[in-house]
Amino acid sequence: MLPGRVADMSNTLMGFVHRRRRGAELFLLVLALAVGIGAYAAVGIGVEGEVPTDLLAYGGWLAALVIGAHLVIRIVAPYADPVLLPVVAALNGLGLAVIHRIDLALEAEGKGHGFAQQQLIWMTLGVLLFVVTLIALRDHRVLQRFTYTSGLAAIVLLLLPMLPGIGRTINGARIWIHVGPFSFQPGEIAKVLLVIAFAGYLVLHRDALALAGRRVLFVDLPRGRDLGPILAMWLVSLGILVFQHDLGSSLLFFGLFLIMLYVATERPGWLVVGGLLFVAGAALAYYLFGHVRIRFDIWRHPFEYYGEGTSDQAFQPVEAKFGMGWGGLIGRGFGDGDPNRVPYANSDFILSSIGEELGLTAVMAVIVMYGLIVERALRTALICRDGFGKLVATGLGSAFALQVFVVVGGVTGLIPLTGLTTPFLSYGGSSLVANWVIIAILLRISDQARRPVPHLSDDTAAIDMDATQVVKVAR
Amino acid sequence: MNKPIRTVSIFCLLLFLALLINATYLQYWKAGALNDDPRNRRVQEASYARERGAILVGRNPVAESVESDDDYKFQRTYPKPLIYAPITGWFSYFGQTGIERSQNDVLSGDDSRLFVTRLVDLLSNDPAKGGNVALTINPAAQEAAYNGLKAIGPEVQGAVVALEPSTGKVLAMVSLPTFDPNKIATHDLSAASESYKKLEADPAQPLLNRAIQTRLPPGSTFKVVTAAAAIEKGLYTASDTVPGGVTYQLPLTHGPTGLIDNEGRACGANNTRIPFAQAMEQSCNTSFAQIAGEVGAEDMAKTAEAFGFNQDYLEDLSPQAKSVFPTEPNEAELGQTGFGQFEVSATPLQMAMVAAGLANGGTVMKPYLVDEQQSADLDVLDKTDPEELSQAVSAATASEVTKLMVATVDDGTASPGAIPGVSVAGKTGTAQSGIDDVPPYAWYISFAPADNPQVAVAVMIQKADIPRGEIAGGVYGGPIAKAVMEAVIK
Repeated sequence: MLPGRVADMSNTLMGFVHRRRRGAELFLLVLALAVGIGAYAAVGIGVEGEVPTDLLAYGGWLAALVIGAHLVIRIVAPYADPVLLPVVAALNGLGLAVIHRIDLALEAEGKGHGFAQQQLIWMTLGVLLFVVTLIALRDHRVLQRFTYTSGLAAIVLLLLPMLPGIGRTINGARIWIHVGPFSFQPGEIAKVLLVIAFAGYLVLHRDALALAGRRVLFVDLPRGRDLGPILAMWLVSLGILVFQHDLGSSLLFFGLFLIMLYVATERPGWLVVGGLLFVAGAALAYYLFGHVRIRFDIWRHPFEYYGEGTSDQAFQPVEAKFGMGWGGLIGRGFGDGDPNRVPYANSDFILSSIGEELGLTAVMAVIVMYGLIVERALRTALICRDGFGKLVATGLGSAFALQVFVVVGGVTGLIPLTGLTTPFLSYGGSSLVANWVIIAILLRISDQARRPVPHLSDDTAAIDMDATQVVKVAR
Repeated sequence: MNKPIRTVSIFCLLLFLALLINATYLQYWKAGALNDDPRNRRVQEASYARERGAILVGRNPVAESVESDDDYKFQRTYPKPLIYAPITGWFSYFGQTGIERSQNDVLSGDDSRLFVTRLVDLLSNDPAKGGNVALTINPAAQEAAYNGLKAIGPEVQGAVVALEPSTGKVLAMVSLPTFDPNKIATHDLSAASESYKKLEADPAQPLLNRAIQTRLPPGSTFKVVTAAAAIEKGLYTASDTVPGGVTYQLPLTHGPTGLIDNEGRACGANNTRIPFAQAMEQSCNTSFAQIAGEVGAEDMAKTAEAFGFNQDYLEDLSPQAKSVFPTEPNEAELGQTGFGQFEVSATPLQMAMVAAGLANGGTVMKPYLVDEQQSADLDVLDKTDPEELSQAVSAATASEVTKLMVATVDDGTASPGAIPGVSVAGKTGTAQSGIDDVPPYAWYISFAPADNPQVAVAVMIQKADIPRGEIAGGVYGGPIAKAVMEAVIK
């Protein structure tokens, strides 16, 4: 066989070379911008009867942000996944338009508004951090060094709201910190740090966790001493639930850890153990804590907690259902609905605002876009060449899926209501910035994964003759 | 690690599928039920802000939506609020009553027959408009009834109903005291709610439509039903004689409780017979108690029910009280039913139907208020066809009873209803309330012209600030009935 042929063969064996697809990304970004800017214009026409006067400035700023992000990707991560950024840009643009629409409703009622401008500032900060992450983090494996640091940081962040003085209870959940004029939800940042910490820990200990254990009824159960981490995580999750009253985060963190453990060890036994722990924890919480029980009861029979003569605790979910039902298939149109009847219509319940004014069509589009983000993350995990990257991508993707499921399921009444933000749509800086960073990390991993493998075999034969070995570094 | 990642992918796919299915369930399958929930303010506010059709009397609206500069875009206004309030009801932020409620589908534009209009409005981006409802009311008769009843005094409680005998059209329906629906329909919601609470707490019950919701003993006006039952049974003709008497001891009774009299009117000596016309003219309780006994409970009930007692018949307004003729009275009670006491009770509308049925050759027509339903651009969607409720008595019987009633107006107690140059048939009534401090109720029923009836009227005065002794159906009811009949005949 000819040497050239061998090289070809090895290339095929190493997998086909991914195309960069930056042009496709740019094209999709134009569509995403059309969604964001179009929605903004539609809000102006629908609510105020005219195209917003600042449409050009607003559209220009939005375009500058996403095209800027695109250019940075072209330079520092040319092989990154081309779908993620456009999907995120579309969601973020749609979210801004809906927040602006709620602003106009709040303004008409004489209440505080201006959340859209604030959100645009947060988005700008988010994109800046996205760019910084992509530039500073040239190889995601660097993150593995910070396994224990980020684990510790995550725990500190999660505990911060419990500190008197800076911790605040908003909406019954103690998950906020206030420092001076700034308020922040540290749980959103903790989510990223936890994924990194879990991934680092599991990559090191996966063999011990995977191989030891005994078989009970066709299921490989792990060893007792290896149960430590999962029990610790279970307790942390329960602690969040008990002390911070945050059902959503508790569920998210535990589910996330369970999925990563399963992926790292390839043993479904962990899912059985985790599932049992989840059921036990949920049952315990239901019987021990009033706020969990009432959430559950409101979910089961929302209409019994709504209206005159009742405690009216289901006002928010029932109004959201009424709104979404009123929206129907194609929605009332911007300005013709009454989404502001639902408390937190621009943050926790932004999806019901979308459902009311843009209809089932838009709700499905949003869910499918979230699905695309998860799909791209898991695809990245599949083709990633190192275990740590696989775990981080899986973790971030499934965290996203769980969060979307918990919040969208809660708003539409599929599961009991919890207080999580709707990624990229909800008003809220911590969540938006953290999610942009998540996307940056995913893009970095996918760039590494899709990048063609360097031809290490070319002249190694010649070098083998030499006394000194040259170690090729893959870049 | 790829196998578990694929498993996780499938798990995530299932999560998202569940979300998609649930969203579809919520926004498509369940949307109708959610929109129908009475607590759903969105739907109500949307209809509140829509341009609602008008309620028309003749060509003039008695309820219409006019543009307003606030969020709700249209304000429901009632140009003649006090006169028409019991019919129109109101359309407020909190709900609807009266015609506003029964005709809500047409007025709001939700009616399926307005689908094309809705579609055109949607495509041309015009706000949807509701259709109009034209009432059967004769404005002159309505105002005559209102002014006549109002003239008795500021404290008067009563009702007037006028019907077109040949069709059942309600020509007038007045109830006093009344209220101003504009104050409940106002966009100043706290003021609206305040007005409503005040009206609801008022002991005079201004929100009650006494024409259809108040049920009282009809007293002597019921004697025409007794007479009709007797003649229909073949016991008498208008020219026969009937038992008379100063007093009459009801069967099964002893002493003063069962002893009835005629308050001094000329009804012959005990155990004599007097002409049927005299018994009607002088409203002889002693005669009609005995006639009822002769007819029997079964045939009395049959005739009363054929006129509409113990039945529901008006579809255009709700709620309404069902008039009652007692089932299985004993002989003493049966005697009392003969002059409209014991448990006999009737709404003014019911007594108007008695008069209208006799006027229409014994055929009782189903009463109705909605003449036409129109689309926003005045195309007729539906015109109500008169419908027969029942053949209460034969035409011959009706003609005999008419003779008795004409005599009562010409020579008897019902004379205040007489119209010069027109033959009027009428009957008064003064019913005992049966409660010590409550004065008797005054009734008057009539129709004219007796040979070719165009209008039948019932007047009921439940309470008025006039001396107890002067309450008699003829004195107060007669002139009102006369004014209403004149308004129609002219």
